[in-house]
Amino acid sequence: MSNDGRAAVRTRGVIKTFGRGDNAVQALKGVDFDAHCGEMIMIVGPSGCGKTTFLSVVCGTMRADEGSIEVFDTDLLKLSTGKLTAFRGANVGFVFQQFNLIPTWSILENASVPLLLNGTSRRKAEEEAARLLTEVGLGKRLNAYPSQLSGGQQQRVAIARSLVHQPRLLICDEPTASLDAANGRKVMELLKASACRADRCVIVVTHDSRIFSFADRIAEMEDGVVKTIHASGDYKAHFI
Amino acid sequence: MGPLGLFRGLMLRLALKMLYGDVAKFLMLVGGLTFCALLMTQQSGVFCGLMRWTTATIRNVDVPIWVCDAKVEQVNEVVPLRDIEVARVRSVEGVEWAVPLYWGIIQARLRDGSFQQVQITGLDASTLVGHPPRMTAGNVEDLRLPNAVIVDQIAVKKFKSKGYDLKVGDTFEMNDKEARVVGLCIAEPSFMGQPYVYTTYERALEYAPPQRKQLSFVLVKPKPDVPAAEVVSRIRKIPGIAAYTSDEFSKRTMAWYFIYTGIPKSFGFVVLLGAVVGIVISGQTFYLFVHENIRNLAALKAMGASNTLVSEMVLLQAFTAGITGYGLGVGAATLLGMNFLERGEPPFFLPWQVLAFTGSVIVFICLLAACIGLLKVFRAEPAVVFR
Ligand SMILES: Nc1ncnc2c1ncn2[C@@H]1O[C@H](COP(=O)(O)OP(=O)(O)OP(=O)(O)O)[C@@H](O)[C@H]1O
Ligand SMILES: [Mg+2]
Repeated sequence: MSNDGRAAVRTRGVIKTFGRGDNAVQALKGVDFDAHCGEMIMIVGPSGCGKTTFLSVVCGTMRADEGSIEVFDTDLLKLSTGKLTAFRGANVGFVFQQFNLIPTWSILENASVPLLLNGTSRRKAEEEAARLLTEVGLGKRLNAYPSQLSGGQQQRVAIARSLVHQPRLLICDEPTASLDAANGRKVMELLKASACRADRCVIVVTHDSRIFSFADRIAEMEDGVVKTIHASGDYKAHFI
Repeated sequence: MGPLGLFRGLMLRLALKMLYGDVAKFLMLVGGLTFCALLMTQQSGVFCGLMRWTTATIRNVDVPIWVCDAKVEQVNEVVPLRDIEVARVRSVEGVEWAVPLYWGIIQARLRDGSFQQVQITGLDASTLVGHPPRMTAGNVEDLRLPNAVIVDQIAVKKFKSKGYDLKVGDTFEMNDKEARVVGLCIAEPSFMGQPYVYTTYERALEYAPPQRKQLSFVLVKPKPDVPAAEVVSRIRKIPGIAAYTSDEFSKRTMAWYFIYTGIPKSFGFVVLLGAVVGIVISGQTFYLFVHENIRNLAALKAMGASNTLVSEMVLLQAFTAGITGYGLGVGAATLLGMNFLERGEPPFFLPWQVLAFTGSVIVFICLLAACIGLLKVFRAEPAVVFR
């Protein structure tokens, strides 16, 4: 199994507090977490338990207050803002609940952005983006604009975009929450088929119990900490 | 261009697509800037035109040095000198020639008894220095004929509005004395608005109301190898007399209008209004544009776009709108101005300084709008994309 793959993410004692004084909310209260290359690991837990916050600090879009966050042996807390931005650009792919496609750009342009940001030429970037869009079933709509696509199709564009630069870490926050069951399932199948590789770690935050079966492992968060890590089978049993 | 420059170029292309993509906002943004540039250029153009009108006589007469009473502050004002001053000035070292000029505003009486104010300009009969710049009918030399006058295009226009089609050979009266038109000319219109009527110095004195002192100006040309400034300073030594190069006299005249009339204030107010409208409309629209794009820009930041790149994108967007608005506004103002010039009023003059001034206001608006937008972009944590 993939569990014995190389360590991709390793966090110890991650603490993150929002606000100050009476309004302070400690969203992360010392998170210890490991994820490996080659696996899809889901993070689940009740609303407000800190899943999104944890995902944000792991991918470097937000800084933790304390603890250590190592992603592919790089300690994110030690990187300057500029270095952190470059690190994200090179190593992290994103799939958001809200898709976050840029409405005035064609889906081909949207999908090629991560490569352009990494300095790839336009021709190469668009070639690669077109290849991935074809892989997610949108090869015939390269010049369409996001608003001309359904939610499921938009999320597939987002998946193509997240993979176009071959990131080693793929971060998905509620990728199916804006989609109906059938589309949600399709998106997960696509993620499983296109994204999961021996050299890549996929972290999916979700509420959606229908997709738990796609996970290799499931980390359960509660009130700012990772409580238990289940093998996917165990956790499903727990629900059904 | 290295790979870094290349990727910048590609992202900047997409930044423009972001801008043009939101057609309504783009039009509003450009519209605001166009209006602002148009208003400021047009009003400044009319202002500069007015200021230029104030010195029209200096350019129409076109001599290197003007001599007048020390109390005179500008060319459209006369404090008469004694005729003897011409001879005094002529005797100053370095003066090639010095001739008298009469200038004053008097009433012309048309055959039906109606009046028209004119600027009577009396030239030295032997040299005709200061004669009309461009004749459209007749000869300047004919001014030496009895009762001869030459009138400008404005006289023709004003007389026409009173029912007279003024031609060579026609007559009218000034101070009960006959004036016969021997030529038509084109002169630069002046601030005073009245037509120019040219005649000889002696005859101008007959047309003008009698005064103890009559000489308005002495016109001077320095000897070829003597700088005008040097001759000017020598003439100034004559007590009670001032002398200026035509350039100095123009500046002095404009300065006088600038300080002692409400013109700069009223135009300045409209120009300011243009700037404010530009700032409010365009600044606000651009801010809204950035505001609505925050999520998109934050997504780019999350995906690895640096703050520098995002700033470049936003600045490019602001300046693209700015340059477009500036071009359209200045273009429209120029078209309007050309129309004004064709009609003869209001005055219009566009020195490069006006274009530079309008341009800098537009740049300021763009910078301001972009900076306010950028503050938001910098503050936006890339993590907002998860929400
Ligand atoms: N930017 C912020 N400022 C202040 N408080 C925040 C911020 N982001 C999150 N929080 C707080 O931190 C806690 C954890 O939030 P987080 O979004 O990580 O939860 P979550 O597990 O993702 O919830 P959900 O399942 O509803 O998405 C919550 O109490 C939330 O109110
Ligand atoms: Mg969340």
